This record gives sequence, structure tokens and C-alpha cells, in this order.
Amino acid sequence: MVFSVLLRILSIALNVHAARSPVLRELMAKKDFVAQIRVKDGSVGRWYRFAAGKMTSAAGIAAAPDVVIQFKSASLGSRVLIHLGSGMFHFAYPLLKPFLEPMEVVSAAKNFAFEVKGDDEFTLHFTDILNTLLTHYWKQGLQVAGGETRYVNQTNGGPVFVYVKDGRIVRVTPVEFGAEDSGPWSIEARGRVFTPPHRATLSPHGLASKSLVYSSKRLLYPMRRIDFDPNGERNPQNRGKSGYVRISWDEALDITANEIKRVRRAHGHGAILNSHSSHHTWGNIGYYLSSNIRFMNAIGYTKMVLNPDSWEGWFWGASHHYGYTMRMGTAEPYGQVEDCLKEAELIVYWASDPETTCGSYAAFEATVRRQWARELGIQMIHIDPYKNTTASWIGGKWIPIVPGTGPALAHAIAYVWIKEGLYDKEYVLTRTTGFEKYVAYVLGEEDGIEKSPEWQAAETGVQPQVVRALARQWGTKRTYLSCGGKGLGFGGANRGATGIQWARSMVCLMAMQGLGKPGVNFGNLTAGAPLDMQFYFPGYADGGISGDIEGTADAVQNYQRMPHLISMNTASQRISRLRIPEAILDGEAEGYPTDSKSLEGQFQRFAYPAAGHSPIRMLYKYGGSHFGTTMESNRLAKAYRSEGLEFVVNQSIWNEGETQFADVILPACTNFERTDISEWASSGGYGHHNYNQLNHRVITLQHKCIEPLGESKSDFRIFLELAQRLGLSAYFGEAKTELQWCREQFLSSDLSKVISWKEFLRKGYYVVPAEHKQENRAPASMRWFAEGRKKDVPEPSPLPGEYGEKYLEGLQTQSGKFEFEPSSLKRFDDPERPPINRYVPSWEGRQTKELFAKYPLQLITPHPRFSFHTMGDGKDSVLNDIVDHRIEVDGYYYWVARLNPIDAASREIQDRDLIKLYNDRGSVICAAALTGRVMPGVVHSYESSAEYRPIGDPGTSPDIGGCVNILTPKRHISAKTSSSSPNSCLIEIEKWDRKEWVK
Amino acid sequence: MKKWNLVIDVAECHNCNNCFISAKDEYVGNEFPGYSAPQPLHGHKWIDIKSRERGSFPFVDVAYVPTMCNHCDDAPCVKAGRGAVTKREDGIVIIDPVKARGRSDLVDACPYGAIWWNAELDLPQAWTFDAHLLDRGADAPRCVKACPTGAMRSFKVSDDEMRRITQDEGLEELAPEFKTRPRVLYKNLHRYNKEFVAGTVVAISNDVADCVSDATVELFDGTACIGSAVTDAFGEFKIDRLEPRPRALRLHVSHASFVPRDLEFMFDSHSIALAEIALQRAT
Repeated sequence: MVFSVLLRILSIALNVHAARSPVLRELMAKKDFVAQIRVKDGSVGRWYRFAAGKMTSAAGIAAAPDVVIQFKSASLGSRVLIHLGSGMFHFAYPLLKPFLEPMEVVSAAKNFAFEVKGDDEFTLHFTDILNTLLTHYWKQGLQVAGGETRYVNQTNGGPVFVYVKDGRIVRVTPVEFGAEDSGPWSIEARGRVFTPPHRATLSPHGLASKSLVYSSKRLLYPMRRIDFDPNGERNPQNRGKSGYVRISWDEALDITANEIKRVRRAHGHGAILNSHSSHHTWGNIGYYLSSNIRFMNAIGYTKMVLNPDSWEGWFWGASHHYGYTMRMGTAEPYGQVEDCLKEAELIVYWASDPETTCGSYAAFEATVRRQWARELGIQMIHIDPYKNTTASWIGGKWIPIVPGTGPALAHAIAYVWIKEGLYDKEYVLTRTTGFEKYVAYVLGEEDGIEKSPEWQAAETGVQPQVVRALARQWGTKRTYLSCGGKGLGFGGANRGATGIQWARSMVCLMAMQGLGKPGVNFGNLTAGAPLDMQFYFPGYADGGISGDIEGTADAVQNYQRMPHLISMNTASQRISRLRIPEAILDGEAEGYPTDSKSLEGQFQRFAYPAAGHSPIRMLYKYGGSHFGTTMESNRLAKAYRSEGLEFVVNQSIWNEGETQFADVILPACTNFERTDISEWASSGGYGHHNYNQLNHRVITLQHKCIEPLGESKSDFRIFLELAQRLGLSAYFGEAKTELQWCREQFLSSDLSKVISWKEFLRKGYYVVPAEHKQENRAPASMRWFAEGRKKDVPEPSPLPGEYGEKYLEGLQTQSGKFEFEPSSLKRFDDPERPPINRYVPSWEGRQTKELFAKYPLQLITPHPRFSFHTMGDGKDSVLNDIVDHRIEVDGYYYWVARLNPIDAASREIQDRDLIKLYNDRGSVICAAALTGRVMPGVVHSYESSAEYRPIGDPGTSPDIGGCVNILTPKRHISAKTSSSSPNSCLIEIEKWDRKEWVK
Repeated sequence: MKKWNLVIDVAECHNCNNCFISAKDEYVGNEFPGYSAPQPLHGHKWIDIKSRERGSFPFVDVAYVPTMCNHCDDAPCVKAGRGAVTKREDGIVIIDPVKARGRSDLVDACPYGAIWWNAELDLPQAWTFDAHLLDRGADAPRCVKACPTGAMRSFKVSDDEMRRITQDEGLEELAPEFKTRPRVLYKNLHRYNKEFVAGTVVAISNDVADCVSDATVELFDGTACIGSAVTDAFGEFKIDRLEPRPRALRLHVSHASFVPRDLEFMFDSHSIALAEIALQRAT
């Protein structure tokens, strides 16, 4: 009875809403077909006929419907329809909610009690009609002055307001909170009360969003490489050289779907490789860990294993001393802001430039806190080969150091502490093991060499008296050690040949000083703000709609709250991102996994090809350009032109360096042209509580601000339409649009308890109240450990099985203590990671005499300042006009290489000259910036150019795009890791004659 | 009458470029009739961050100075404009995007180089202080709102109040010699237009060198002491705000435990780091 009434209501609603909504009307007129909704046994049913723009409907069972939606019982049908339709009735939702069991819908689908049958062409079309009916009148955005609508969106650099007029973005600004938005936290320290401003900050690449959306490098139409014929000559040798022709979406999707089918039939399991950027345009639905994985899992693919690019030394090295594998070996992020302001006397920034890298996604939220620290008289020291932005701005002592020699300096600091008794003896005695063996190494009892300040000077270039002054300051003051932008363990020094040694040194030094005691911790005031960490909203690595329970944290929280169909990749084959070229070119590669569950997970070697699997025959590339981020990048160009790689599809927003190697290009739109939902800086499982770098937690409905440019489509929609061609559309989309998935995330989170969907959809953001009660604030990191208590910070790792004795007692190490001689390394034979951390000079540096004689300059390639990795760079955006990002010479914007005037003078190079950086691996053309901020003998050039523009044959000729990673070594830090070491790189530089390009 | 003023603290600017990007975002592709025609995507920098590095490795610092239309009270462009450039009651100077067409002479009229020539539109252009946004209720221009360090602040106050702020905070004009009464003022401008003398003080005993902290360092021009500093834990000192003119200077280094030292050197008008200064222990 109820079911038949609901079916009748649906027919009325379709006609009533079609009369009101042109979009719905147009959609309903697009195809002629018959849809049937019925109980399986035929006892109740209703058909809906769409013909010549009209919809007619009647109770009963149609003869040959194109779409059948059937339920095992009428009562199940009623409940599912009410559930799906609940979005239509905002006002009634609170009343209906107790009767809505999302789990029942998913469960019915999984058990075939609720089925959608028919050709995907019609099933997808019918669900599109129903979804449009349900959502076409949902209002997004606020009307503001000037005839503009104010929308909200989210970027990798912070949330934004987007002002739109006449379908065009007028401006993009930082989010300005209103009086109704929850206010900031306060911290009392040293007799003062510190409160951050009631506003959200924004990174330059976020602020430049409009010029990225309207970039001339946007891909607006699907394209096929001009000499690629899927049914004839494919000409893979011409990838990167031949041009493109515009094709229709149908042709592009048909070619891609047919190739997916063909390679699976012809070659077997694992023949498709999915490569994606490590980041994506922001949003839980469209993220690479969401829609992308859901689709890839559905077709079965070879997974690219991401190495811990920014964490290398911490993950492969530091973690063995103290655990934290779930944080890639970096420190706990709790309570440091308060503890540092109250207790610390000194902050040592070592390979740390938070004002450049903005923590992680955290814009300039901590900038004001560093100003407070300066006002409080907390001293600052900066150890870096480059006098970086933070050092130049906040002030303090700059200690320039020869790249790759940090561990030698660290051992010498330990030497002074040991000799002068300037370390925490009680802590070392009770909280650590193996210290005596480290002492024996430092004092030279083991090898006859005392690791004194005088010893290290030849390596590091740091004068002995400076080391003594540094060690005495650090050893007598309560000190925070800041490594990397977030302060807890990143930093260019960990991405080089000595990166593992360096990160190990950092944790060993902190253990000597009583890590976790008041004022003694990791951080730079970026992480560990007093925010509410119990209010649940999923972060991006909680998997979005992926249903992926292996590679994301979906199973941990999201799945329980937002029931959806799980997905699972059935292929076992994996390739390390760093060895994709070798896998394709040589047919063989090995790797070590970024397995964060345990200390030993990273030791489990895997090989390509996997047993019984096909070699890679097709590449599905999703977003971003890896040329700027792959060491020895020219390998990638060569791999792309390999005969064995039969098909390459690239789904991308912009025409970047890597896109030009595709056979078919699928143009995706930006996050400003589709709907999504997310929280600022919230990485979910990839960085638990990552948002606690912020002054306010900001959760956003990422409005669809404008229509997709050209013919571009959202990533979700592209996958859905491919899924349609593979019979997978109902499985992939679960009959929901992106906007409906946003609502599912909203409903599943704590957000739905504090704001209505209608209001959230309209306003676009919610500020989670800060943690004002002292009792509810997270305690300072590691204080529990320093005081020998059970772990009491809100961190769900390590996993229970990682504790040696009682749960929550001690660290993840075998002993539960800080291990100067890690048990895990003692059982794993890696000559490059000896249990006692010893100084071994870089395998590419000033100590490698022969190579150094040929290439006497050390290149360092830190994470960039103005683009978010490759995102933001090179797209003809306003960022190009920032002279610290690119320098324009004769109409072309060159990547910047910074060198000391002394090195420039000996090569007759002037400021802004075009120069060639080269070594045996290749050459890159940059514009020279002369600066005394970089030490002589060192060249500083950010990584992550989005452009790759070889002036001749790709893979062998100079690149004017600025992919400086062409020069960096592909070698792993240790052969028994899959790690990158770009900051160990020797080059030479010479003036470059532009005629070489023009000719 | 309250008028707009912009105050920029050179010591707090770290070159994030949010002000530059804001002025690009607001004006590229947008026309605000009566205020401004669109700014070209590339080339123009209506907010232009100048920079200057002082000293040499490792005693080096860098200053960033965002520059833009100064909205001068004695604006040469208004005089030269013959009606094409107007001074509003709130202090803001607007180059009329219609009346100023073809007036390339206005570019040359601005001694600060803050007026840009738009060849495509045949129009001189400058930053309008975001007047179109202020007129619809904004409480500050976009560059101020996007500045993460607080280096840029705007004030809508009476001229009397602004004079008080100028005095209290020691604000300066970018180029007082132009005598245009700019409404954009700077703090800590010495980081850009003055010089420093820096150095390190050490002591060597038994062949072991150590940094000397708490040494008093005084700088003399003839008999006049023109600056002093105390060495830090690394034995370093820096005496700043020196006028950039060549002269002989003398440094006097003293410390209770060491024999005082005097060093004479030629200051060539550029910031300089002296060679390491070694002290002998007093007996």
C-alpha cells in the first residue's frame, strides 16, 4: 500500500518538478525509454515511460522495460525510497531520521534484495533523472553586494570565499568569519594571554585559484594523440612529440573503456597501472583516494606504491628508535603550542622553513604564534644551507651547513653534551636503552675517532666554536627542535643520502634532552593547537567514497558511519612510484612498502612483476605531473616511449609536463566547477589530527561555483561514465551524485548535529568550536612517556599488537623505551642502516672526490613556496609573475636557481642570466638569482616544476620547463628501502645561450 | 574627515606575495566602472614587492618592501591629469578609466613608478586602494586582509590621528625627497635603505676557539659613537641603521674578562661583516 503510493508520488513529482526545472525537463527529454520499479514477485509495481519529452506512468508491470529497479518486498522498497527521498524534505528530515537506516539500503543492495537491472546507458540515465529530481532546487551560496553570489571552496592552502557574477568567478579571498562563527582558543603563558585572530589565513597558491581556473593551460576538450590509432598504428615512440586532435567525449571514453577491456583480455591481471599525484585538488569525494581508487578497484589494477617522499629519513630511520610508524616516524602533534609558549627558551629550526611550506596544508595559521614566541624572547637558531624565509623573517642565528652533513654536526653536539654533562642523565637512564653504545661511538671508543666539534668542521663547514655555542645553548635551555615545515619531522635534510642518519640523529638528540619534558619537544608552534579533536569529520585519507579498506582509513571510521559498498583491488601486483620507469623499460623492479602498521612492515621486499601477473601494458594517469617530482626525470620520458606500453590515458585539469605523453586526454574540471565536501588540512589517516595546526577547524561544503569550463567534467563523472561502459555504473556511483555523496558525508559526521544540511549547503562552512576547557585539551606530546605514565594523548596508534607488555604502556619499540640501538634494525641486515647510527658521508657530495671534481656544486631542491608541489606552477597563472617563483626572460618564464655571488662570479654569471644546470643525468635551463643567502658551493632550486619542455628529443635534451629533478639521483637512501634522495646531487652550471633553443 | 592610509612594516614582510596576488585576483579580468579597467594578466604589478639584500654570506639579510600607488595628497598625477585623475574625499586617488585613455604622460608623472601603462587598453593604471570594495562596505583593502604577518595595516582616520600614529610608530615615507605627501607609510624602512656593520667575537685558549658572548661593541665615526651592540651566545653583533656613506669607522670591543680591542676600517657605504675578532684573555 505505502509502496504503491510512493511510486505514484514519484510519477507526480517527476512531472511537477519537470514543469519547474529546465534541467530536469531537458534530462527527461534526452532519451526515450521505460523504467520499471517493482517488487520482485510482481505483486506491486509501476512503470514510467519517457517518450518525446513526456513522462507517462501507470501501476503495473511493463512488458519490456529498459530499466528495472526491484525490491524483494514492498516494505523494503518503501524504506529505501523514503531514505533516498529524504533529501527532498529538509524540514521533515529530523522527524524521518530515526526511521532511516542507511545500512539497510547498502545491505539490501549487497544481498541482492534491492537491484538495478538493465543496460547501464539507461540505468545511469534514470538515476540521473531521479537525482536531479531530488536535488535540483538545493540552494548553494549567499547573495552579496554587487549582484554577486558568495560561494565557499577549499584548497590545498586553505578555505576560500569565491565571489561569482554572471557565471564567472570575480574573486577568491580568504574566508572571513562572521560574528556567528565560533571564536578562537586562548593560551595563558608567562603572564600573558595569547589569542589568534578570528580569521582564516590562505597560502599564495590558494589565493591564486582564479587564475588557475581560467588558465590558458586548461584542457577544455577530450583529445587524442594525432598519430595514435587504437585499431592501427599506435606510434608510442612519438609520445611527447606529436600533437593532438580534439575528439568527442564518446570517442574518448569509448577508446579508454575498450582499451581497459582489451588489455585485461589480451594480457591478464595487473596489466593496467594507475599513477596519480600524491595530492589532488581538495575534497573528500573527488580526491585521488576517493573516486579514483573506487574506480580502479572496480577494474583491478597494478597499484603504485607511494614512498614516504617527505618523510624518508623519519620513516626508514627514526621510527626504529621510538616508533610512530603510523606517523611515518614523526612525532606526536599534541599540546606543543601551549607547552612551547609556556616553557621553551629556544627553538632550533633544523632543515625547517614553516613560513615557506606552511606546515602541511596549514597556510599561515602558525605565523602569529611564531611572532608571540619572538615577543616572549624565545631564542631561535636556524640550521640550513640556505637562509630560508623563516630564518630571514623571525630572526636568530643562522648556521649554514654543507648539505648532507647534518648527522656529523649532530654527533658533535652529542659529544659536547657528553663531555660537559649537558644531557638529561636521569631520562637517559630510565627511559632509554643502548645509550652506552652510542657514547662509545661518539667518543671514539669504537673507531678511534672522537666526534668532536673539530672533527665535524671538515664535513659540515661549521666552525667548532659555533658547534660548542650551539650545544651549550641547547643543552642548558629548554629547547624545541623543529624539523621540516610542520616541525615534527620533515625537512630537506631527510631526503638525501644521509637522510636516514640525520632523522635518527634528531630523535637521539631529543632523547638525550628528555623528549616530552616541559619545554622539550619537537615543533615550531605549528602543530599541537588546542582544538576539539573529538568532533568527527572525515579527512581525505578516510577514503571518501572509495570503499577501499586496504589503502585508506575507510574501515577505521568512515565506513561505520557512512555505510557504502566496499571496494577491493583484486590484483596483487605493486610498483614503487620511484621505479615505474624501470618496471616499464626493464620489465623488472623491486620495492619496499610504506607499511606503517609495524616497525617491520617496511622490511618486506616485493618484486615486479608479481607472480603470474601481466607486465604493465596500459597506464591510467590521474592528475599532476611527475616530471617535476621524479628523480632522474628523463627516465620517465624514455619509459613513456616504450613499445611495451600500449596505451596511456591522462585524466588531467591542465596541460602539464606529463599530459603531453598521453594517447588520450580526458579533461577534468577544477574543484571550483564541481561539488565536494571537506575539512581544511584534514588528512584523516595520513596524518591523524593534522588539522590541529590551525587556529580554527573549518569544515566546508565546496560549492560548485561555476559550470565546468569547456567540455571538462568532474573526476567523479568521468569515472562514472567509464563505469557505465563497463557495466559498473550502479556499483561505482551507488546511484548518487557528488552532491548526494556530500550529503552522506555530512549526515555521517558530527556536523549534522550542529548545523542543518540546508544551512550548511547555503553558507558553505562551519567553524568547530575550539577546545576552551583546559581539562579537555590534549596533554603535551610524550609527557606521558617522560613521566612514565600510560599514553594519554588522543592518538589511536600504535596498534594494540605493537605494545610489548600492557596496552598503552611504553613506546612501539621492542623494549618500550627509546632505543639508541634499535632492536628492529638489529634483526634486519641492512649495512646502510647499522643499529648504532654512525656518520657515513653522502654517496654524492663533497666527499665523493672524483665526481665532485667534475661537478663541484651541490644542488638542493626543497619543497616549493608559491606552488603546492606542481599544483599552481606553470599554468600561465599570476604565480608566474612572482620573481621568487619564476623569472621572465624574453617572454618565457624560467624556473629559478639561486647561487652565491662567489660561485656566479667564477662562472661569469650575472643575476637573471639564463644558466644551464647539468650533470651526467641531463640538463635544465633556469634563470639565475644571485644571493648571499645560499652558501658558496650550493645551488638552491625548488623541486616541482609542472612544466617539462625539452628543447629537443624528450628524455635526452635540455629542459627549459625547470624540472630540476632531472639532475637528482634515482638511488635510494639505502638499497633496502624505497626512498628518494634528491638532496644529494652534484652539478655544474654554465651560462646558457638562448640560441641553443631557438635554433 | 576620515581618510584611508596604508602602513607597511618592512621587518614583518616575508615576501609571501599575498598582497601582489590579491591585487592580481581583484583586477585581472574584472572591470569596475568608475574605478578601474581590467589589469593585464602578466606584466603589471599594481602592488609590486621590491627587495634588497644587505651584506654578504653569512652576514646577510633581506628586506621586502611592497610598493603601490601612494595615494599622495600632493599627487603629481592629479596635477598632470587635468581632470583625468581625482583625489577623493577619503584620500584615495583614482585614475579615471575613461578620461585617462591615451594619457601615457601620467605614467611618467608618478615619481614612484606606481602607474602602469596598459598598451592594449591605451590606459594608465594603478592600485585603487580597492575603493570599489570599500565603497560597498569592506573594512580594509584585500592586500591587508590577505597579509598573514600583519605587516600591512590600513587605517581610516583623520589626518591628525594619522600624524599621531606616524609619530608613535616612527613611520617614514618611502621617498621623502619627492615631497608628495603619500598616504602609504613604512615602518622599519632602515632594513631597506640603511646599512649595518656585523661581526663575530671569539677567544682562543689552548688552541680551542670559543665564541665570546656579552662583549660590548661600540662603533665610532670620529669621536661620535654611532651605534652599539652586545654580542650574543655565538659572539655575534650587528649594528644597524647606519647612513650609507663612505667613511672611516672604528670599532671598540670590550669585555670584563678580555683585553679590549679597537679596529679601524673603511666603511664603503655598503653593509659589511668584519673578519672574526679574536680577544686575548685579561691577565
